[in-house]
Amino acid sequence: MNRLLIKGGRVIDPASGIDGLFDVYAVGGKIAAVKPYEPSAFSLQPNDWTVIDAAGLVICPGFIDMHTHLREPGYEYKETVQTGAMAAAAGGFTSVACMANTNPVNDNASVTRYILKKAQEEGIVNVFPVGAISSGLKGETLAEIGELKEAGCIAISDDGRPIVSSGLMRLALEYAKPFNLPVISHCEDAWLAIDGVMNEGFISTKLGLKGIPNAKEDIMVARDIALAELTGGRLHIAHISTKGAVQLVRNAKQNGLNVTAEVTPHHFTLTDEAVIGYNTNAKMNPPLRTKKDIDAIKTGLQDGTIDAIATDHAPQNSDEKDVEFDKAANGIVGLETALPLSLRLVAEGVMSFNTLIEKLSTNPAKLLGLDSKGSLKVGADADITIVDLNKEWVVDAKELKSKSRNTPFDGWKMKGRVVKTIVSGKVVYEE
Amino acid sequence: MKKKHIMDAKGIERALTRIAHEIIEKNKGVEDIVILGIPTRGVHIARRLSHIFKTIEGAALPVGSVDATLYRDDIGMKEVQPALKRTDIPVPIDNKKVIIVDDVLFTGRTIRAAMNVIIDFGRPANIQLAVLIDRGHRELPIRADYVGKNAPTSMQEKVKVHLKETDGVDEVVVEE
Amino acid sequence: MRLKRKDILAIEELTKDEIELILSTAESFKEVSEREIKKVPTLRGRTIINLFYEPSTRTRTSFEIAAKRMSADAINISTSSSSVVKGETLKDTARNLEAMNPDCIVLRHPSSGAPEMLARLVRCSVINAGDGSHEHPSQALLDLLTVKERFGRIAGLKIAIAGDIAHSRVARSNIHGFAKLGAEVSIAGPPTMMPSEIEKMGCKMFYKVEDAIRDAHVIMVLRIQLERQKTGLFPTAREYSKLFALDSKKLEHAAKDVVILHPGPINRGIEISSDVADGKYSLILEQVKNGVAVRMALFYLLMGGSRE
Repeated sequence: MNRLLIKGGRVIDPASGIDGLFDVYAVGGKIAAVKPYEPSAFSLQPNDWTVIDAAGLVICPGFIDMHTHLREPGYEYKETVQTGAMAAAAGGFTSVACMANTNPVNDNASVTRYILKKAQEEGIVNVFPVGAISSGLKGETLAEIGELKEAGCIAISDDGRPIVSSGLMRLALEYAKPFNLPVISHCEDAWLAIDGVMNEGFISTKLGLKGIPNAKEDIMVARDIALAELTGGRLHIAHISTKGAVQLVRNAKQNGLNVTAEVTPHHFTLTDEAVIGYNTNAKMNPPLRTKKDIDAIKTGLQDGTIDAIATDHAPQNSDEKDVEFDKAANGIVGLETALPLSLRLVAEGVMSFNTLIEKLSTNPAKLLGLDSKGSLKVGADADITIVDLNKEWVVDAKELKSKSRNTPFDGWKMKGRVVKTIVSGKVVYEE
Repeated sequence: MKKKHIMDAKGIERALTRIAHEIIEKNKGVEDIVILGIPTRGVHIARRLSHIFKTIEGAALPVGSVDATLYRDDIGMKEVQPALKRTDIPVPIDNKKVIIVDDVLFTGRTIRAAMNVIIDFGRPANIQLAVLIDRGHRELPIRADYVGKNAPTSMQEKVKVHLKETDGVDEVVVEE
Repeated sequence: MRLKRKDILAIEELTKDEIELILSTAESFKEVSEREIKKVPTLRGRTIINLFYEPSTRTRTSFEIAAKRMSADAINISTSSSSVVKGETLKDTARNLEAMNPDCIVLRHPSSGAPEMLARLVRCSVINAGDGSHEHPSQALLDLLTVKERFGRIAGLKIAIAGDIAHSRVARSNIHGFAKLGAEVSIAGPPTMMPSEIEKMGCKMFYKVEDAIRDAHVIMVLRIQLERQKTGLFPTAREYSKLFALDSKKLEHAAKDVVILHPGPINRGIEISSDVADGKYSLILEQVKNGVAVRMALFYLLMGGSRE
């Protein structure tokens, strides 16, 4: 039975309302006690305890990424459960929810079990599969949602593609209710700006690239909210990117609907100007938007419209990025840069560090129904992230733990770094 | 920087007048002569010669310009591309006596290039060369038929011909 | 003034001085094209590869003639005639071509930004001969030269560009080019063919051709790609030609000495009526002549210096 003491750090746990100097005791992978800092505790280190000196560091509940693409099975050349989990640990994430767009698609229990088995064998962090909404992600008929839940899926999503049929989306929201699974919606209208490759605006005009207007997202968010109202289902909007979508979610929440939303760090950090030079590492779906959208997203994070920060970690092989912009694959790796990018919001005064922990840990745990995670309460899983808020470092794409290198943040100066990541009381990552 | 005047306005005028007479003497008149200056100052000197011919012989001679830039042997070797000037051959030059005019004769490479340009325009009866200054240091087997002044120089020195048309003053200076 | 660039990728990145240098250099090359022997030895031993991923006769031929008049060895590679290019990524093609040690690659490609990508991958110069809906710099330069020759200036002229602006690289390059040299640029076409926030590029937008060409000295008529009709950008060719084609009646709104440019090839009766296309206003053949001179100038300016 492992025994861990993390001493002398500033413990921040929004779930239990703690912010101060505490010692955290973990026994057998669970939080055993959180006591006010006692300098003399275990000054003579007993053999069967691991003691971590966290003086000057911040101790918080392990981060939970609601939106990761681990690519296994099927696309192991981009990422595997193992490499993805290593990247997660390096980014301070103790749990990741992995999307269903693998090959084969995670639309049945056997694929779910395969991923969980891989995660158990090689996974460093907790892996929670997200099952498909529709069979084969085809958007035609429902996947075996009940069995997916039984096998271990914690949400359903056709992420990467919208559910084009309103009828099917209605069925999904209804059918998922008794299983208490959130329906994570990738919102884009299927018929508007079909061949768009970046945000529609002056930059797309100048570059001669086909644009994606905000309306493409707004239309679908509006539809899904209407369906959430119709069904009373549990709707979660993935990677929100537009001002309009933020307002729609805000209204839905005001109307008492069970609607939540997440945003990625890149969507509150970069604008479509990052595409200039045809930078394929600035190509993603939804696309990078404008300053006005970023401002709306920050307000949404502040007022609670946006519940969570999720990475949409989307590893792509360099062969899929080193091509003409319009032919390049979408997405960027995000696990290892999420914390420092989010900390910029704290530095800007958009939110407190405590609120940031809510967005990275407390809220995702609640949204995904992970009752024993997202807090440092006694009895909770000892998933802990230790952060040095003042550590300055430079992102080097070549040094990423992920199998892929597709990041637009290569060479960026960052402040704040994960020092240790602890899963079930065991250190899985050390800087 | 040391500056040495080796010719003044009067000297330039005298030299060009002498060259004009030598051209007439050697060619037994001015019939069939076409004067082609090398831009920029060679063209001005060519025009002055034409003017002198008019006063001596009463007839204006065709004057044109021949830019040798595109025929240079150091294209792509210098840091920046040389600026292009105009080539303007006013009359057909087949069987004509072409006199190339330049301000300074140095390595001979520009003259080589200019002759290649001219030959691409036609087959002159002959090509002659008139220069205001011959400063030596030839790198090709080229010599001038008419020279205003021989000015022995070292490789480090620069010979600068200033003309009223381009520089507001007529003079030749050697700079170190 | 010298050009110190490795590549010519877009008019947007050129300064006014650089554009003027290219135009004055092109004027010198026009004289070369009028010689009996239309060939100068300037780029002897240089290799220029024309890499064309889209069919093009006019532009490719123009670049090829320009290269040959400069005594460079011009090699044409087009997707239709080459197995090298089929299925091979641009990156691999770039590596292969680089191994042949060319001095310049002229690239025509359907993807916006492909020349910029190629330029990053190869040491030699890259000239964009048209990329997607982005830019077609040599076309704009020849248009500028043609207009400058006709009017003796660019600054202060009124230029109108009519047609499918959204999909036109010629329009983008010309808006940048004419605006940089001080002309006033108006554009016209159906709203479905106007890209987002185009006016920020420095032009005025009109939906009626008559309004855009009012008092214009130059009207540039863009080719309408009839396959666009399938995507519903305009209802029918008949309606388009009625509302947006340049005909003699609409032309009455322009200045008396107006000239008409067209990047070709023309859809007669669709974007321009035959009487206007064949009329006294047309400078279309002058454009072709200037195209060779401009491309010779680009070759000279890119390869005439050592860059080291």
